[in-house]
Amino acid sequence: MNKIIEKEYFSEKVVKLVVEAPLIARSRKAGHFVIVRAGAKGERIPLTIASADKDKGTITLVVQAVGKSSSKLCALNEGDYITDVVGPLGQATHIEKVGTVVCCGGGVGVAPLLPIVEAFKKAGNRVITVLAARTKELIILEEQMKTNSDEVIVMTDDGSYGQKGLVTQGVEDVIKREKVDLCVTIGPAIMMKFVSLLTKKYDIPTVASLNTIMVDGTGMCGACRITVGGKTKFVCVDGPEFDAHQVDFDEMMMRLSSYKDME
Amino acid sequence: MDNKEYLASERAQSWREELRKSKSNKERTQIKRVHMNELAPAYRITNKEEVNQGLTKEQAMTEASRCLDCPTPLCMTGCPVQINIPQFIKNIERGEILEAAKTLKETSALPAVCGRVCPQEKQCESKCFYTQKMGKDAVAIGYLERFAADYERESGQISVPEIKTYNGIKIAVVGSGPAGLAFAGDMAKYGYNVTVFEALHEIGGVLKYGIPEFRLPNAIVDVEIDNLRKMGVEFITDCIIGRTLSYDDLHEMGYKGIFVASGAGLPRFMGIPGENLIGIMSSNEYLTRVNLMDAANPESDTPVIKGKHVAIIGGGNTAMDSVRTARRLGAERAMIVYRRSEEEMPARIEEIKHAKEEGVEFLTLYNPIKYIGDEKGKVKQMLLQKMELGEPDASGRRSPIAIPGKTELINVDEVVVSVGVSPNPLIPNSIKGLQVSKWGTIIVNQETMRSDIPDLYAGGDIVRGGATVILAMGDGRRAAASMHQALSEKA
Repeated sequence: MNKIIEKEYFSEKVVKLVVEAPLIARSRKAGHFVIVRAGAKGERIPLTIASADKDKGTITLVVQAVGKSSSKLCALNEGDYITDVVGPLGQATHIEKVGTVVCCGGGVGVAPLLPIVEAFKKAGNRVITVLAARTKELIILEEQMKTNSDEVIVMTDDGSYGQKGLVTQGVEDVIKREKVDLCVTIGPAIMMKFVSLLTKKYDIPTVASLNTIMVDGTGMCGACRITVGGKTKFVCVDGPEFDAHQVDFDEMMMRLSSYKDME
Repeated sequence: MDNKEYLASERAQSWREELRKSKSNKERTQIKRVHMNELAPAYRITNKEEVNQGLTKEQAMTEASRCLDCPTPLCMTGCPVQINIPQFIKNIERGEILEAAKTLKETSALPAVCGRVCPQEKQCESKCFYTQKMGKDAVAIGYLERFAADYERESGQISVPEIKTYNGIKIAVVGSGPAGLAFAGDMAKYGYNVTVFEALHEIGGVLKYGIPEFRLPNAIVDVEIDNLRKMGVEFITDCIIGRTLSYDDLHEMGYKGIFVASGAGLPRFMGIPGENLIGIMSSNEYLTRVNLMDAANPESDTPVIKGKHVAIIGGGNTAMDSVRTARRLGAERAMIVYRRSEEEMPARIEEIKHAKEEGVEFLTLYNPIKYIGDEKGKVKQMLLQKMELGEPDASGRRSPIAIPGKTELINVDEVVVSVGVSPNPLIPNSIKGLQVSKWGTIIVNQETMRSDIPDLYAGGDIVRGGATVILAMGDGRRAAASMHQALSEKA
């Protein structure tokens, strides 16, 4: 059982939870995720660790209420307990000094992007962060991103904040302006697919952090399997980050709809 | 006193002698092997109730009287944990069922489990005097083991094995499956402070996520786990060694010995076209959803696909568990697709029989070569290759060969791939210097179960690849004995 220490609403449907998990806080690195389960009849779902505080023994999760399980989590309050939190899982982000890194995230994908932005900045890179959302209210973590990036570009679909347009437009503007050595993308599969197509055109190495269906999160079931470079990989143990240009995003999106009728 | 002398002294007890004299061997051998009551197939496929109903006390005592109380009990050589079989059976014959249960627990941490899931026909019962010398049905050792364990549980008088004195030495166990539990039980009996670390949110490993309720009710596993708790074993769930805590962390926390029993949980896929379509999954995923996550229950948040035409690829026990689960989830056509013939199937004969009674179709000598999906990416057909068996190879096994041009297209809306598992690399990879075979199994001394890292022992499927519950338990016991010896010498 893991106690919720702090809860904050980023928007109506996006909640930040600071959760007691001292062992995970101690061993996690950027890119890692946890599996959580709320309630005795609860489902196991993966959530990326947005940040952690070793001294306080807490990890921060950002949850968007989209289905039954995520809504259940979002409904928990400070002082409540999450039945199970297990991790850190997956491979940590490979961080090194490459030059200029563009980090782009959409929607709730911005939360797991934060530790990656921090880590690349710390490693001495020039970091440009592109945040995207449908509308102004859904832009999250802008301040934290600004603290850790050389530049933050905000894109909204409706133009209510920052520039009007999709994340790809923001990224392309940067690519046209200066040399980009690496692109990191986290967000809805469709967004990552288009970012990947864009950077492929410019031949820029790109890493995507994938969010597939998972059950155990330790490699024992294969629910999260995807095709990368023609080979089947398990996102939970081989990933969650992969060379975006090798990922079969269409298959991934198809598999994400496996249980659509039942949600 | 060595084991042989010990057995002889037990056999020489006056009650055993009297019992032997009470019936002639001729009388004993004329009794027919008991038949265990089962739920009717038409009824049992509508629910997850246990199919085998167990023996009545009367049935058990009669069956126990078939046992000839051999001076050299061969049956014991077939038991990986060396249960004192005649002693427990003779206790049943004289009606001392709780005594029988105690005898079981001397060597087995989970008798109610083993009595249900062990392939006795390949182990203890295959060595029984009846099968070896008389060509008759073996004494139903498995049924009797189960009876004694169930009787004790239902009596509410469960005995907790005696703990000598706690020696204060901390021992860590990685994984709470059968190997880990058997090891933990023995080490607790020796007096160690044992902590079991489990990655999942439930204790029991394959006993919980893999083997279905209709074969092994979770409540029964829980009783045996509680028994270990009463012996002082501590369980920590949601903790992955190699992730949440490292091997070095365990050292820092003062653990003097570590037993790795993390199993072979990595599912194999065949790598054929269309295998990633919606509706195709590993048996691990399918069974985990249904067993561990209770996905068939509408109150559970975890979903599961309930196909109408379901194919299970493979012929092992996991395949049988999956196909029988599919029937219970409402499949109209549930099929086993196996590339060899029924004779070569690794599944237990009883499971194959039960599956057939439940209306499962057996497509033997067929191998899938491709899956075809609809416009939404859902599987709708499988293309099967007809096979034939070739000449026996060097190992004496006849290998399946494709018959050119002979294929068949069959409609399916769900496929469960059950073609085996590999050891999960997570733990071996996280321990520097640990020797691992090319199959990913941890290399240990077969006698002591010790790895080349002196304080690290391993057993069960992480050492064997996919094997059985009882072999895993045997490994756990051997590892406990040798770790205890090593630590005692040190002290």
